[in-house]
Amino acid sequence: MSGPNDTKRSDIRSYAIGYGLALALTCLAFAAVRWPSFASTTTFAIVLGLALVQMVVHFRFFLHISLRKSARDDLQLILFSTLIVILMVSGTLVILFNLRARMM
Amino acid sequence: MSASEFKHAGLNLGGADELTHEKAGSAVFGFWLFLMSDAVIFALLFATYGVMLPATVSGPTPANEYKILPVFLETLILLTSSFTFGMASVAMKHEASSRQLIGWMTVTLVLGFAFLGLELHDFAAMFGDGAYPTRSGYLSSFFALAPLHGIHVFFGSIWIIVVMVQVMTYRLDAQVKINILRLGLFWHFLDIVWIAIFSVVYLQGLIR
Repeated sequence: MSGPNDTKRSDIRSYAIGYGLALALTCLAFAAVRWPSFASTTTFAIVLGLALVQMVVHFRFFLHISLRKSARDDLQLILFSTLIVILMVSGTLVILFNLRARMM
Repeated sequence: MSASEFKHAGLNLGGADELTHEKAGSAVFGFWLFLMSDAVIFALLFATYGVMLPATVSGPTPANEYKILPVFLETLILLTSSFTFGMASVAMKHEASSRQLIGWMTVTLVLGFAFLGLELHDFAAMFGDGAYPTRSGYLSSFFALAPLHGIHVFFGSIWIIVVMVQVMTYRLDAQVKINILRLGLFWHFLDIVWIAIFSVVYLQGLIR
């Protein structure tokens, strides 16, 4: 059993780790665009990858979503929302880009 | 970790205030449902933006309109405000007096308004260049997406003021604590939406 001061310290540590990681990922993404060293599609892929990692960092350290079993299924709701988002966004993009290609 | 279980997204009060922790589970989960549906709205506006991106009608283009430095500052400000709100939640959970809590919330509020000021300055510069929503499909979709996030931040800031008044009026009772938990989820969620905005909208437009 840990004392209240230990939980306080670990609560603060979670936010501090998240802040540090998020700061580093943000700076990397902006640096990749500010000083481009790859082809533009590669740079965009890097930016998207960093954004995805940063979102996971925010969920983990700021929103405290983790893989441990919880009474409420927050993680399952996130995953379900993600599924809906992927279906709708990729569906929209595929159909409308295809339409544009045919109209050209 | 103490015996109390993890009940909801965000900082859990277990170990510090078990009575409120019992009530918080369903109250916070309901708000989490709202946030996830809000995320779907944002995602579809992103899809619209992606489709509309080439539709500039030989008007202003992303590369002309976006400036990397103000966006970087806005990102840092919003990220820092997320951290300071985290510190406010920790103070709410662990401190008996509400002095630290009010302090951290004030810092968060100032950062929120600083973000809004910078963003409005950007939009004003775009309007000055003739980049207004009715100019092209690209600009319509941009002004549907980015200002919607700004409006969220604005109402989040109003909400911070309301909660600060609640803390000073009612002290830290269970209802006020649950309000702060929900506000925390909202504020961190806005930062996650901003990650998508600066990556997909601003950085994509600035890549050469």
